[in-house]
Amino acid sequence: MTRIWIVKGVLVTFFFAMIIVGGTQLYRHRHFDVPVVAGPGVTKISLLSEYCPGLKGTTADTAVFFLEGKEQGGRVLLMANTHANEPEGFLAALIIIENAVVEKGTLIVIPEFNHSASRNTRPGDGYPLYYEIKTNWGKKKFRMGNRDASPLDQWPDPDVYIHFPDRQLLSYIDARNTNRTWPGRPNGPRMEKVSFAAMEIMRREKVDVAIDIHGAETMFPVTNCIVAPEKSQKIATMAALTVKAREGFDNHVEPSPSGFRGLSHREIGDYSETLPFLLEAPIPFLDQPTGPKTVNLLLDGKDPFLLSLSRKKKLFVPYDESGWPIEKRVGQHCSVALEIMRQFSKKTPEKAVVAQGIPRYADIVRNGAGYYFHDPKGAQKDKLYLAL
Amino acid sequence: MPLIMIIYYVLTICIIGLVVWNFVREKKNIQDLILYLLVLIPLLLRVMRAK
Repeated sequence: MTRIWIVKGVLVTFFFAMIIVGGTQLYRHRHFDVPVVAGPGVTKISLLSEYCPGLKGTTADTAVFFLEGKEQGGRVLLMANTHANEPEGFLAALIIIENAVVEKGTLIVIPEFNHSASRNTRPGDGYPLYYEIKTNWGKKKFRMGNRDASPLDQWPDPDVYIHFPDRQLLSYIDARNTNRTWPGRPNGPRMEKVSFAAMEIMRREKVDVAIDIHGAETMFPVTNCIVAPEKSQKIATMAALTVKAREGFDNHVEPSPSGFRGLSHREIGDYSETLPFLLEAPIPFLDQPTGPKTVNLLLDGKDPFLLSLSRKKKLFVPYDESGWPIEKRVGQHCSVALEIMRQFSKKTPEKAVVAQGIPRYADIVRNGAGYYFHDPKGAQKDKLYLAL
Repeated sequence: MPLIMIIYYVLTICIIGLVVWNFVREKKNIQDLILYLLVLIPLLLRVMRAK
């Protein structure tokens, strides 16, 4: 055998070893399930495909938790992981599912709105595949997802994404971004079906308020805020002022731009009776000029490059050595969501939604987010949900 | 499966064939050999429909 054939043999062996080792890690990540212990307030668990049959059997299908009160009232829809690389929304949604008890009205929670994106990753940016949150019973492990749905679930990408129904031209990648595919259609690309299913929930269940939970870069002007269209702005303003006065954190109001299509805070308001709100908490992990994208950066939000930029006044949020830890971000989301519900209930008492057991900002900052997660090993089988 | 996907898979198999053919014919340049194998990764994963 000649030398070149020996070299080729070695290279091919190395090539397959790389594919098997790397592929196995990605396969495990895609098939890793996060156990959720349905709390005492959960009365029903449904699927998105019940509102759009085209999603049935696909990775885009996801769980919808209903927390119904004994007393009639309004309905609030909470969506998290629209972008699955913004985990504070997902953690806030899980805290609500595992702890909230609704007394009046109904709370509908979709913790993993872009389920396909939550099983995707971004190897080019060196994203970690998992992160862990300390709890009273050990560490709870979560998948770290990506902003967009996996190309394994929606392919091929178009050259340009033409938004439906406004025909605005968007970036090709936004075809897999569930915050550009609203209001969606039942026979469109799969992510449009996801948005359509949520619109169907709002129409069929007569949802009054929809809250879409996100995180945004510290260098992005639309961060640490509530984005609201015209019809939601009074409630958003009251919620922002109240959390500032009572709980001591900033969360200003940003108007939803009418010319930028496909966003939840724009299309939900334009295509339904529901009042939409989009919550943004600062997440330094998403900023471009940071060090390596590590689990520590994701959880504590500390980065020396951002600190330097903060001193040069290049950030849109206050930033110091303490970073922007996940407890603050999750706490903000819980408090702002509760405050929006409270303000809506004050304005329309016949459609009030009253929930107990949801911790507020100060509780989560003091105890940590993990304090509110229940041990799946000690849970009753009928309370354990494994497909998230 | 939509027609566009069938065309896409056929194209992918053709490109795999070309890259493998170049890999077999290359006699000297080890850097090119490594490059051919790297190029093959996404193409093979797609054809194998690995999820």
